[in-house]
Amino acid sequence: MGSKLITLIVIVLGVIAIAQLVRVYELSSKLRKRGEHEISTRDNNLNAKLMLLFMFLFYAGFIYLMATYGWTGRGEAASVHGKGIDWLLNLNFIIIYAVFFFTNTLLFYFVYKYVRKAGVKAVYFSHSNKLEMIWTIIPAVVLAVIIILGLKEWNDSTSYADDEAIRIELFSKQFDWTARYAGEDNNLGHFDYKLTTDNNELALMTTQTIDSAILSMENGPTGIKAIEKKLNDRNLIFVPEDLEKMQNDLARKSRLIRLLHQMKDRHSAKIDASAWDDIIQKDTLYLCVNKKYEFNFRAKDVIHSAHFPHFRAQMNTVPGMTTRFKFTPDMTTKQMREKKKDDKFQFILLCNKICGAAHYKMKMIVVVLPQNEYKAWMKSKAKQTFRDKYFAVAAPSAPADTLAVETDTAMVAVN
Amino acid sequence: MAAVTHEAHGHHEAHGHHDHGHHEESFVSKYIFSQDHKMIGKQFLLTAVFMGLVAMLLSILFRIQLAWPGESSDFLSFFLGETWAPGGVLKEDMYLGLVTIHGTIMVFFLLTGGLSGTFSNLLIPLQLGARDMASGFLNMLSYWFFLLSSILMLVSLFVESGPAMAGWTVYPPLSALPQAVSGSGTGMTLWLFSMTIFIASSLIGSLNYIVTVLNLRTAGMKMTRMPLTIWAFFVTAVLGVLSFPVLLSAALLLVMDRLAGTSFYLSDIIVGGEMLTNHGGSPILYQHLFWFLGHPEVYIVLLPALGLSSEIIATNSRKPIFGYRAMIGSILAIGFLSFIVWGHHMFVTGMNPFIGSVFVFTTLLIAIPSAVKAFNYITTLWKGSLVLTPAMLFAVGLVSTFITGGVTGIILADSALDIMLHDTYFVVAHFHIVMGMSAVFGMFGGVYHWFPKMFGKMMNTRLGYVHFWITLVGAYGVFFPMHFVGIAGAPRRYYDYSSYGDFDTNSYEMIMDLNVIITIFAIIAAIGQVFFLFNFFYSIFRGPKAPLNPWGSNTLEWTTPVEHIHGNWPGELPTVHRWPYDYSKPGAETDFIPQNVPLADGEEEH
Repeated sequence: MGSKLITLIVIVLGVIAIAQLVRVYELSSKLRKRGEHEISTRDNNLNAKLMLLFMFLFYAGFIYLMATYGWTGRGEAASVHGKGIDWLLNLNFIIIYAVFFFTNTLLFYFVYKYVRKAGVKAVYFSHSNKLEMIWTIIPAVVLAVIIILGLKEWNDSTSYADDEAIRIELFSKQFDWTARYAGEDNNLGHFDYKLTTDNNELALMTTQTIDSAILSMENGPTGIKAIEKKLNDRNLIFVPEDLEKMQNDLARKSRLIRLLHQMKDRHSAKIDASAWDDIIQKDTLYLCVNKKYEFNFRAKDVIHSAHFPHFRAQMNTVPGMTTRFKFTPDMTTKQMREKKKDDKFQFILLCNKICGAAHYKMKMIVVVLPQNEYKAWMKSKAKQTFRDKYFAVAAPSAPADTLAVETDTAMVAVN
Repeated sequence: MAAVTHEAHGHHEAHGHHDHGHHEESFVSKYIFSQDHKMIGKQFLLTAVFMGLVAMLLSILFRIQLAWPGESSDFLSFFLGETWAPGGVLKEDMYLGLVTIHGTIMVFFLLTGGLSGTFSNLLIPLQLGARDMASGFLNMLSYWFFLLSSILMLVSLFVESGPAMAGWTVYPPLSALPQAVSGSGTGMTLWLFSMTIFIASSLIGSLNYIVTVLNLRTAGMKMTRMPLTIWAFFVTAVLGVLSFPVLLSAALLLVMDRLAGTSFYLSDIIVGGEMLTNHGGSPILYQHLFWFLGHPEVYIVLLPALGLSSEIIATNSRKPIFGYRAMIGSILAIGFLSFIVWGHHMFVTGMNPFIGSVFVFTTLLIAIPSAVKAFNYITTLWKGSLVLTPAMLFAVGLVSTFITGGVTGIILADSALDIMLHDTYFVVAHFHIVMGMSAVFGMFGGVYHWFPKMFGKMMNTRLGYVHFWITLVGAYGVFFPMHFVGIAGAPRRYYDYSSYGDFDTNSYEMIMDLNVIITIFAIIAAIGQVFFLFNFFYSIFRGPKAPLNPWGSNTLEWTTPVEHIHGNWPGELPTVHRWPYDYSKPGAETDFIPQNVPLADGEEEH
């Protein structure tokens, strides 16, 4: 409290001090019979000099920041297309540095140079078609170059990946990432969000997962039958909010179960295999150096963004649709550590679209391995496919949909 | 509308040359439910200044968290209390709330409502030689809607579940699902209501501005004799009328998704353990609708500032603005192009890359009229006789920030480069300099320049200088280092960058160092505004009386009496004989010739 009081007193005293200074100043200008609108030569010249001084400090600050931090953090691009992007970025920077220094210098220097001087009249110069053509055409030409080079790079970066590119899906939810490797067939299995259960978090589509989703939706502890049973229990009375909540829950699940049954009818067991051999990987994403990758992105709840700063790659993940981005890492984690002289450095996948309170924590370490190490890692994963993990869980799955109305606390037993 | 002007006109003729207009006006009709454009302009200004202060305070609160993450701060606990800053440490979700409301208030309430609302109202009738706006009543309504929406936005800061927390762009599904973040509950509902009313205010205001500019110009005031301020306000109003309804539709669909169970933006979502049945909607649709307003909005913010600075720079250089017609052309070009560039906000949203390349092309085109404007300003200064009033300093500052922030736009408009810079601090730096700083500088310049017209008093020049230099250094000090944080790839809207320590020591140290520097500059710049506030309120009450035409300016507002009267001119409306930029014309006795002075014998119009 004491510090607050002191702060308050200092502020009040400060305002009073300014007020007093202003009054002294006003009295003195009244004595000199000079209005506020008449800027004295002294003030005028002072500000003109300050403009020039500011310009030098501004440039010094810029150069200092550039020298100290220009490449810190960013480092060399660790992907093939990233090197092209860096080249383009540097070219663009050279162009805009030139414009920045040239125009700012003219601006501040002119203010300094042409400040009002006794006996010097301003030149009446209202337009010049020639000058205006110059600063229309030169920017247009430079921009044409920028556009052409930029679009070339953009098309290279966003075109479809080759067939042999390794398919990986990155699944995002508040607040973590899960990777799914396409497995031996290099073909990502189908999915549908309605199939999400506790042991099928990515909602992969196989005959068994559909059955299990239907089962838990109908008979699970918070399934349709359980809710109906509670609603029909003559011994229970609910507070209106809970009743409404349960009824809504029931209506929602009835719609979903209908869609699940339709899905089951349409499902062909032929596509099961492409899902069963997928490998689900949490925490760390392992990549092989110099291999092409095609990433598919999914989101479970809200929009996220898969941002790989070191690979110069970014794509939003959008609920309800699949987005994609491809890149080829061309530097291993070890090589990057040497370059950055930081033996704890890791490549990273960050979330770069505001997604909730813990947005800033949503990340995944990316490790780029040399080919032999990557092969060894893949081998270690061979017995951890989706099939292996799915059937390893003995107990029947609980549904992911856990919005169970806690009737125990809300109900009143009438007996 | 004609009725209003005729009535006012007739009234004054009846009173002859009585200086003090309507004595019979009551306090309420003069100061509160005023239909006089000058009073409404002042009401907009005061409301916006207050909103701006709130938004600035919010930014200081979250800057403290960014510079000293996790450290207890008395300042935070004082303003946010135990609920939102337990133990003086900001809560994660409130951080997002502060960021969201800071952005919303700054963009819409300060720089749209405040800038265009204040100066369009004040200057359109005065510089055109009109008695008032086309409809005084609609004009009043526009202000009261603006006030109501401001109040609703402020109220949203105090609801239990917190204000909107989805960023100022409020992308669904985050903004549609209360389960996803606490602010998407009541806070978001209030945000949507507030913005709906704000849009109504903006539309009513803009229609009024357009009608006034087209219909109420005084004799001789051809479109090509209008000051550039009016051109800027006019195009701004057109942009607003064409784009704000689209934001309203975006907001309305969002309201339906939230309240009526529709699926415009929602598809296949599981949130908070609940599997939603919404299917078939697209969050990308919202982004298209939002940015269809969002990008013209940038120019709705920027054009008035550029218009004001054109006037200030010409007056204080004692030179005609260079390339008057090119300036009009570039305003029109910017206005037109601003409607076909919105996709550059969406390069990496999953939009088809081909559409992205079309937007690269249109976006980079905007650099051409912008370059024309910048060079024309600089040429206006060349061989001038500069009078460095505080307004002039701010206008020069604006040209600098317009360039500095504008050139980084070239990088962000290049989709290939946007891949690595999208949503990083580089973007934050870019738009704060080019839009935030430029528009705020334009607004400050406008206040210093037209304060004598608004309040009949002069502001203190020396305090104005102090204010300018602290603001220029402080604001560049805040936003310039952000470029470097962004080039390193640091995402925006992160509550804490300490997690960089887990994987990249170099970046970690750099981001932490720069965040401290940025916050210190932010605090300095914020304290600098005390000089402005003091000067502003002190001068309203105690400033020296303003002369009729303090800056030696050509435009018509300086021919009206210092004491405000309803109807602006006591006698007949002035007739315009020349363009507004006859400064230092060879052969003239004074270095300025007001627009209502007839051409001398043998004098040629410019």
